[in-house]
Formats: sequence, structure tokens, C-alpha cells
Amino acid sequence: MTRSEADLVIVGAGPSGLAAGTEAARLGLSTVLLDENRAPGGRIWQALEARGATDPDEAAGLDLIRAFAASGVQTHYGAGVWGIEPNGTVFWSGGGAANTLRARRILLATGTTERPMPIPGWTLPGVMTVGAAQIALKTGGLVPDGATWIAGQGPLVVLYAAQAIRAGGRIAGILDLSDRSARWRALRHLLAARADARQGLGWLWEVRRAGVPIIRASGPRAEGDGGLRHIVFRVNGSLCWESADLLLLHDGVIPSIQLTRALGCAHVWEEARRCWRPQTDAWGETTVPGIIVAGDGAGVGGAKAAVASGRIAALGCAHALGFIDRARRDAEAAPARAEHRRAMASRPFIDTLFAPRPVDPDDSVLICRCEEVAAGQIRAAVKLGCSGLNQLKAYTRCGMGPCQGRMCGTTAAEVLAAARDLHPRTVEPYRTRFPARPLTVGELAGLDR
Amino acid sequence: MFRRGAGTPLTFVFDGRPVAAREADSVASALLAAGIFVTRETPVSGAPRGPWCMMGACFDCVAVVDGARGVRTCMTPAREGLRVDTQRG
Repeated sequence: MTRSEADLVIVGAGPSGLAAGTEAARLGLSTVLLDENRAPGGRIWQALEARGATDPDEAAGLDLIRAFAASGVQTHYGAGVWGIEPNGTVFWSGGGAANTLRARRILLATGTTERPMPIPGWTLPGVMTVGAAQIALKTGGLVPDGATWIAGQGPLVVLYAAQAIRAGGRIAGILDLSDRSARWRALRHLLAARADARQGLGWLWEVRRAGVPIIRASGPRAEGDGGLRHIVFRVNGSLCWESADLLLLHDGVIPSIQLTRALGCAHVWEEARRCWRPQTDAWGETTVPGIIVAGDGAGVGGAKAAVASGRIAALGCAHALGFIDRARRDAEAAPARAEHRRAMASRPFIDTLFAPRPVDPDDSVLICRCEEVAAGQIRAAVKLGCSGLNQLKAYTRCGMGPCQGRMCGTTAAEVLAAARDLHPRTVEPYRTRFPARPLTVGELAGLDR
Repeated sequence: MFRRGAGTPLTFVFDGRPVAAREADSVASALLAAGIFVTRETPVSGAPRGPWCMMGACFDCVAVVDGARGVRTCMTPAREGLRVDTQRG
């Protein structure tokens, strides 16, 4: 077990964590960064040092990774944070041993997870998320081959398809599940998002040029015995069938609120994404003093916005700890705020175009993957008087498995709210508790406190 | 299915069978590359499960790794001689 103290502990080595760490070190804060992965970069720049930059955005990412490495921030990779106490103690495990760290400020840069997308058969082996396949591509060079289908919506669908094709992969087809009428609603936001829209159309063009059919579909199902064998979907009302051995699902990303919920931070409902995010002030500080959130975890905006918000959060911490005065904080934050505004300008277009799909699964569809709780069981619990998500745990065990609600929180809330004729923003999300992931007794026994 | 190019500098064992992997692989991505999509059977219904999120969040890809249950294969680096077994229940 190792013990240490720092002015600032950062959780997560994605764009915002790397930017915050680099900035904090420059301002003189003793800083420690913890990340569960083996290398810096988060999701978007995962394994970037190993694979090399292929476009200007990745080149900027590589520059930041190198600046961070040279900044003097003490960094632990393979370090999973599972507990945080209000007094500033951070509990983390790496290599089978648990450690503690005392910090004056804690910055959570833990990003997002993909929105759960419960369709019939989504738990079959061979069905994964698009993000999962992208991680396999970035870290292991795995490209899709054979009967690979993608179903869903959002920028990542076309981005991944384009990346996979560039890497020599083959995709049988894409089921576009987006709402066509959203295009008209999104149109008025297009001007502000033209750069991102142009980039997205470029990916789309690459995918079409490779001959990948993009099919406007609804009602997708994954079917097979013991593993995915085929997919079934509707096109203009008629039922279609395709053999498949890999189905990748995606419906956007939502902030990870596991740590901030367990810390008791206040959260706000984000209607555009139908999800919760921690409430933060202009410097990323949550309603719990000393707990700061930066990057997509504070509100999804992509890598450029995350870098800017990481810088802003570090400046806020430096001022709060007395390293810089208010005037310097505000002056140095101004360019980052301008950059953040620019990066966020395309969000109304993207969020309108890819508004989350309605959640209305058949009774037999599993919502909680861990405890295998189906939508019908949630509806039955409501009929018996279950009024909220935390009660639902006692009724059905929904959300009580090892993922601790990460894979069912938003969708269980939608199903429960619909059954009660409520809006999901009126349903309190799961109360999460530390440890944020299962621990071994050996890990706990190693803590001498 | 997934496939990928050449380069297999290490081998670990899954359910008694050798699986070729590369230094940078997680156990999960090496299994996927080998066409193996199942790492466990669920405790509730015994249904087969495997990698879903690949980022340590879903706990669907857990397996028995060197005798320890509940280990996320997506977060476990592939190492020479590692013993990975399907987790039942």
C-alpha cells in the first residue's frame, strides 16, 4: 500500500484530465493523476501514443499527452478509484493492492458511458456497443469482418464505421434508427455546427463509398441461441431478416455520475440527452466543496470542450488553494472559455439531430443486465406500488449487480416513469455507494487504517 | 466477427486452450480476436455473456483469471501464461 498527499488529485487521463493536470502543474500545484487504463488518452485518444496521430485533432491530442508527460504530474495507470471521502481521502486499487491518497481538491474527469440501448437480444454474446468495438480497434487493431451490423444513431456510428473501413474492416450494413423528423428540427442549429457537420458528412461519404448500405429501420432485434445468429428489423413496416455474427449498438453517450452520486453532489436533468449531470459552477465545482468535475462528465461537448474545461477547472483549483489571485485566474481562463464556447456551439445541432430514442421495450426485454431484470418486472413492481428507482432495487434487484446501475440507470428510470405516467426527471436516480466497484477482501485488508 | 493483422508475441490459456495475443491486448480483445465471445454464465439464468462495453463499466466480461473470480477481462492486460477460465454462476 502506498500513501501520499497532494494539492490536487485528478481521476481520469482523458482530454480534460490531461489538460487539467498539465495546467495545475504549471501553476505549482502538487498533482496526482489516477487512471484505470494502461496509458493516457481516455477513450478518444486511447492508445494514441502507440498508434500515432492520423489527423490534426489527434496530433493536438498527442501534443497534450506529451506536454502532460513532461509536466511532472505523478501518474498512476491501472489505478481504479473506488472511494472518496469528504475529507479528501481517495481510495484506489492497482495491481491487486489498495491505496489511499489525501488531496485538498479532487477533480473528476471520468467522462461518459454509452447510453444503454435495451433491444430484444442485446445481452447475447456477439452484441456489443459501438464504443466497445472502437476500443478494440484502437487498442488491439481489431477490425470488423464478415456479418457485422451496426444499429443506432449518433456521430460515433459513422465515425467508427469510417475508422473501421480505413483500417481494412468490412461492415455488412448500418441500421439508422434516428428520427427522420429530427433533421428539420436540427436545421436551425446547423450554421453554428457547420464545421462538425462537414466532418460528419465526410465520414458518411467514406462509409457510403465503401458500399456499406445505410438502412432506415426500426424495431431491431438480436436473435440466436447462445450467441448472435441473425438480426430482425422493420423497414417501412415490413419485416427484414439478415444473418449476423456481430451487432454493434449505439445511442449517444451520457455523463458517468457514479462517483458524484455517491459523494452526494447535486445533479441536474439535461432534457436534450434525457440524462443527469452533476451541477457545477463556472469553475467546475460541484455542490460538495472541493469536488470538481471537468470534461464530458460535466456535460457532453467532445474533446476540445473537455480540454478547455480541464484548464478552467485547474485555474479554479489554483485560485481556491491560494496559488494564484483572482485576476490571474480570470485572465488566464478567458481564452479557455472562448475555446469552450466555440467547441460547444455545435451541441444544439448534434443533440437535436440525435435526440435519444424513445425507451419503450417489450415486457420481455432485459433492462438490468447484471440481475437479469426485464422491463415487465419493472412495470409489475410499479403496479405493486413501487414508486422510485431506489425502491425498485428492493422489489426486483434491478441496479444491484456489479455494474451498480451503470448499464440500466437511465433506461430503468424511463420504464418506471412511463409506467407511473411521470417524466423521468421526477424519478430520483440510483443512490450509488462506495466502493464504486467490487473489491477483493485482500485489497481491503491491505488498507492499514 | 472480428479479425486483425499479424503479430502474436504471447500466449495465454482460456479454458485449457492456448489463445494468441499481443503485448498491448486486453484479455477481452485477444478473446474477441480469437472468435471467443463468451467469458461467463450468469448467476441468475446461466445465460452466456461476454464483452459488452470494453471499458470496465458493465462487468459483463468477467471471468476467472489465475483463480480469481469476477475479474474484468477488458481491463486485464494479456500476459504470457495467464490462466483464464469461463466463470460459471
